[in-house]
Amino acid sequence: MERPRRAGPRSCSPSPGAGMPPRRQGIPVRTSSLPLFSDAMPAPTQLFFPLIRNCELSRIYGTACYCHHKHLCCSPPYIAQNRLRYTPHPAYATFCRPRENWWQYTQGRRYASTPQKFYLTPPQVNSILKANEYSFKVPEFDGKNVSSILGFDSNQLPANAPIEDRRSAATCLQTRGMLLGVFDGHAGCACSQAVSERLFYYIAVSLLPHETLLEIENAVESGRALLPILQWHKHPNDYFSKEASKLYFNSLRTYWQELIDLNTGESADIDVKEALINAFKRLDNDISLEAQVGDPNSFLNYLVLRVAFSGATACVAHVDGVDLHVANTGDSRAMLGVQEEDGSWSAVTLSNDHNAQNERELERLKLEHPKNEAKSVVKQDRLLGLLMPFRAFGDVKFKWSIDLQKRVIESGPDQLNDNEYTKFIPPNYHTPPYLTAEPEVTYHRLRPQDKFLVLATDGLWETMHRQDVVRIVGEYLTGMHQQQPIAVGGYKVTLGQMHGLLTERRAKMSSVFEDQNAATHLIRHAVGNNEFGAVDHERLSKMLSLPEELARMYRDDITIIVVQFNSHVVGAYQNQEQ
Amino acid sequence: MLYRLLSIVQRQRTSPGWQTWSSARNSTSVAESHSITLPAQAQVVICGGGILGTSVAYHLSKMGWQDIVLLEQGRLAAGSTRFCAGILSTARHSSIEQKMADYSNKLYSQLEQETGIQTGYLRTGSISLAQTQDRLISLKRINSRLNVVGIPSEIISPKKVAELHPLLNVHDLVGAMHVPEDAVVSSADVALALASAASQNGVQIYDKTSVLHVLTKKGQVTGVETDKGQIECQYFVNCAGQWAYELGLSNEEPVSIPLHACEHFYLLTRPRETPLQSNTPTIVDADGRIYIRNWQGGILSGGFEKNPKPIFTEGKNQLEIQNLREDWDHFEPLLSSLLRRMPVLETLEILKLVNCPETFTPDMKCIMGESPVVQGYFVLAGMNSAGLSLGGGAGKFLAEWMVYGYPTENVWELDLQRFGALQSSRTFLRHRVMEVMPLMYDLKVPRWDFQTGRQLRTSPLYDRLDAQGARWMEKHGFERPKYFVPPNKDLLALEQSKTFYKPDWFDIVESEVKCCKEAVCVIDMSSFTKFEITSTGDQALESLQYLFSNDLDVPVGHIVHTGMLNECGGYENDCSIARLNKRSFFMISPTDQQVHCWAWLNKYMPKDSNLLLEDVTWKYTALNLIGPRAVDVLSELSYAPMTPDHFPTLFCKEMSVGYANGIRVMSMTHTGEPGFMLYIPIEYALHVYNEVMSVGQKYGIRNAGYYALRSLRIEKFFAFWGQDLNTLTTPLECGGESRVKLEKGIDFIGRDALLQQKQNGVYKRLAMFILDDHDTDLDLWPWWGEPIYRNGKYAGKTTSSAYSYTLERHVCLGYVHNFSEDNGEEQVVTADFINRGEYEIDIAGHRFQAKAKLYPVTSFFTHKRRKDDVELSDFHGK
Repeated sequence: MERPRRAGPRSCSPSPGAGMPPRRQGIPVRTSSLPLFSDAMPAPTQLFFPLIRNCELSRIYGTACYCHHKHLCCSPPYIAQNRLRYTPHPAYATFCRPRENWWQYTQGRRYASTPQKFYLTPPQVNSILKANEYSFKVPEFDGKNVSSILGFDSNQLPANAPIEDRRSAATCLQTRGMLLGVFDGHAGCACSQAVSERLFYYIAVSLLPHETLLEIENAVESGRALLPILQWHKHPNDYFSKEASKLYFNSLRTYWQELIDLNTGESADIDVKEALINAFKRLDNDISLEAQVGDPNSFLNYLVLRVAFSGATACVAHVDGVDLHVANTGDSRAMLGVQEEDGSWSAVTLSNDHNAQNERELERLKLEHPKNEAKSVVKQDRLLGLLMPFRAFGDVKFKWSIDLQKRVIESGPDQLNDNEYTKFIPPNYHTPPYLTAEPEVTYHRLRPQDKFLVLATDGLWETMHRQDVVRIVGEYLTGMHQQQPIAVGGYKVTLGQMHGLLTERRAKMSSVFEDQNAATHLIRHAVGNNEFGAVDHERLSKMLSLPEELARMYRDDITIIVVQFNSHVVGAYQNQEQ
Repeated sequence: MLYRLLSIVQRQRTSPGWQTWSSARNSTSVAESHSITLPAQAQVVICGGGILGTSVAYHLSKMGWQDIVLLEQGRLAAGSTRFCAGILSTARHSSIEQKMADYSNKLYSQLEQETGIQTGYLRTGSISLAQTQDRLISLKRINSRLNVVGIPSEIISPKKVAELHPLLNVHDLVGAMHVPEDAVVSSADVALALASAASQNGVQIYDKTSVLHVLTKKGQVTGVETDKGQIECQYFVNCAGQWAYELGLSNEEPVSIPLHACEHFYLLTRPRETPLQSNTPTIVDADGRIYIRNWQGGILSGGFEKNPKPIFTEGKNQLEIQNLREDWDHFEPLLSSLLRRMPVLETLEILKLVNCPETFTPDMKCIMGESPVVQGYFVLAGMNSAGLSLGGGAGKFLAEWMVYGYPTENVWELDLQRFGALQSSRTFLRHRVMEVMPLMYDLKVPRWDFQTGRQLRTSPLYDRLDAQGARWMEKHGFERPKYFVPPNKDLLALEQSKTFYKPDWFDIVESEVKCCKEAVCVIDMSSFTKFEITSTGDQALESLQYLFSNDLDVPVGHIVHTGMLNECGGYENDCSIARLNKRSFFMISPTDQQVHCWAWLNKYMPKDSNLLLEDVTWKYTALNLIGPRAVDVLSELSYAPMTPDHFPTLFCKEMSVGYANGIRVMSMTHTGEPGFMLYIPIEYALHVYNEVMSVGQKYGIRNAGYYALRSLRIEKFFAFWGQDLNTLTTPLECGGESRVKLEKGIDFIGRDALLQQKQNGVYKRLAMFILDDHDTDLDLWPWWGEPIYRNGKYAGKTTSSAYSYTLERHVCLGYVHNFSEDNGEEQVVTADFINRGEYEIDIAGHRFQAKAKLYPVTSFFTHKRRKDDVELSDFHGK
């Protein structure tokens, strides 16, 4: 109990008090029902019962807050008391986390409602769910560039405040194809924010042919207008940091200058897989370098340090015609929705999670480090007992040598110096780096039966099975666009049977039509599904009305991008090549 | 030709009807190769081989016209006609449609005998169900109208319904109407039989021939361009069904035929184990939105859903035709309704869900008649899914129209000329038919206003009036105020004024009427059609004297009420004409006359470049100042004496009102009340309105609407064209003798007919009926179309009605006939005949006693404006 419990759930400090393996996430949704949970935590969960009057509630809530502040550094007494009946969740640490001591929070969009409001009306629920939804349709009549992508829907639901997930989508303008990615930050959102802004530029530059790079460089050199590289598709809430853009640009320019210099003259075809790997590694390298070099501007100096000391996973898809590449670093996931001939849906995973559940990753880590570290390198399913994803951007604590870390922190600004987390060196830290941003790239050739791709952070995959995800999205999309009309042709159907069938279909449709966005629809299911796999409004309402401090215990940030493919175009490509 | 036709018939008979519907639709059968060449010329070319085209051909040939060509782009009877549900129902809301359906029924029933072609005609009868009391009232109204024209029908109890139809669930019914002579028939076979009979009479029929466009010269049809060559012709008949709109637009001078198709679904089942008897009556469950008929031992059931699917908005679209497929999800509400009505059908096996687009029009009435822009271009289309029921009668009326120049019945409400180009927008049509199609089975209550396609034409005062609580109705696209809701009234409740009884605006209109009687009201009447006729010499006067029955050679500044008559002396228009100066006239006609009157004038006025006819409707805003204090308001605003000595009634003068000059002030109000009409150039409209309202304040001025106007004009026995007057009524039949100057020295159109009528006497007479034992609060209100009984015998129908706040009674206008006791023939109606009768008005089966009047009673009731009255009310210090 001597060590402060301050880390977020992702980079959780070792909890010596807990003898049992820590549960991965605070999502009792599937594993335990809410009433059971309420046994364990009398005060906060009573918040969910509307019978209590407002005044009583504020009293209870006040008590909870009191606990929160008073027991900064030790687990609340009632958890200890109930430990026999309920395993406290590591995520619970969030609840007692002293916010003022953490990174400076930028004021993000906050949805946690006041504790007095326990049941949200359906419109309120919808406004929460839809606040971040975004849809992009590839223009239909762009004759010269027939895209295999119809469009995409994306959305995110925060659990952290502010949300640590990020998403990006852009069309490459100098090469063909579209880039889509989800980024799950930990220990703050600085790294995921930076990666979401920068990674696609690195990828786009890696994909550019030599001549185009030269053209761009010449343009910069002579102060001419630059060729646009990316067309972003952003939700208004997806922001880019203005202050750092100059810095970021310079790093990017250095990258392409090196690419130009490295060019051997032969215009070899650019390999997308290689380009993706290079871009990931280069960006991570730049993040690390920027933090080591620092910046004369104190704000920027602090920013680059925050970026480097926080971390982010990335799962990026590059779609060009029938060529689909998925580059993944960490535990977000890309899932392909395939419609079988009988109309049913099956899921094809296009990425491997880089975490303790992945044997090959465990193997890799053990090989990369001396034998004597075999036991300490992964402990309690976490890297060095701390970090859940085994690959990530940033997180220099797991990459730099101890000397470098100390030097940077000492020379860094006071905020950094005062921060316990950054100062804290992981245990058994002998042979850094322990962490890499190198992605695993999967290639898939699209087929007409591949209807959509779901990119989502682990917040989704923890709550829903991939098969369910694909089925729900598949049914949603067909319900919206291509619902198979019923045809009687030849079958013996009675009026009664038809009536039953139609009534059922209508019931299904009415829930589908609540959402205009596949990602929103998926989040609705992820958060609101009851044990029967149907959206339960009461549950949805409870989950969404959790106070900010509690939300992270029940769910993680969820970010989803659903990319819909144009089967006709994909089919045409196929025929063309045959 | 006949042989070829019959072979088609035979081939179709052997094919199992609906089961090959999809193949029929895409049929490219080339059994008969087309070596046949079209004739170079014909008198009439009919486009469309559906039930309407064949019916027109059949009737034209029956009337002795020989030189007729019928062109069909696909095969005969292969469009909507083929997929029609085959129900012939005479239970219709409008009496003209009722007559057409009745005629169709009689025609189809003997067609098999006449032509030898089986039509599948079967007199099954029909039962219209009522789930609510309001629906039952609606049925009772139809029932009493059916009875008086000799179509047997009765209102029956749910128990009786169960006896007539064994499968029906009747527990939620309050009653029903049984029409035993309604029938089912195969519409495709009817069309083929009609075609065959026409062919025998010499009509030449060509299928697989498309009309590309119609050739015209100087506004007259000269020929038809087809994909197989040209045909010269005098008359063209557009019976192209849902393609009629496109065909009309394809003309060099577009003919606007406002109609739009919606998908329509019906269900066919396999036979029941114990097949339904072939004479099982057809069921119409309007509250459940469905119809059900017996079909080959199983059932055929369709309906008019609340959420129609409009189709072919962008014209004929091959993709949409191919995509016409069963949409079960869309049909689900109707299927639920069907199973609720006939629960035993659950186990019945589905054969097919048929999707056959039907055509709808902006006012749910079909379109027939001659184009206002191209002479000889006739149209019969837009049947609102009643093509089979109306087809026979509609074909007959159109044939009469072409042969005799007039149909034998008044068909104004179906006349193409009730629409103009303004109803021709695709967006408007698409939106409007989405409202019209559900309306098929909605309850039809009095004073219905369409909700879609509104605010198209508005007066410049629209926003001003709307802000003051105006509630609007629409006529010919123009928004007109119905009444003004006072600020303290509950608005929501007012919108729900759909009732057959006393409506909730009763008190509001009462106060408006009272204000018209006692003080002064202003009504925006800008929608009225306004024409100006000017000439360099006397041409204007001469042509108007020929066109109008009254003497227009009056001193400058006088206004003349006059009819515009046809050869038979019937009213083509009833208007007021002001002589602005020696050589120019200002003509005011009803709103919906804009197209018809224009076409009529153009047809009969000499083509003379020195004679100018101009439509100035849009140039003037019209304000009607009604009431005894109107004179005070105007004289204060114009500093001109407005007393009757200086400004006699029916007088017109250009003067200044407020700052605005050039306002045409006319001393008439269209109601018989004292007051003035102001015709204001639109840029002055707001100014004049503001001035009138502010000056009028001390005289108690307020806004009023058309409901008040209506009450005022009906109690004064002012007949309105389009409601009380039509092309079959002459001035002599409606007390308009004073508006006819037979001896004005000019042989005006219709003079001969009037002279003869004057000699022989009239066969019907417009009278005013004051309901005696009618309780305004509790009894059903009269609307129009109620049968009139004289001495217990049917004598005619009402044409309009209103509550008179002065008489505190309901007043109906209606025609009284004198049907002979022996053979039902019409006999002369004299004033004495009217006066000596005991009258009753039948409202939904309940007869109310009524007093008939030939002259307005108002003179006995309304007090003349007296000097001391004015003084007294001034004392109240308004």
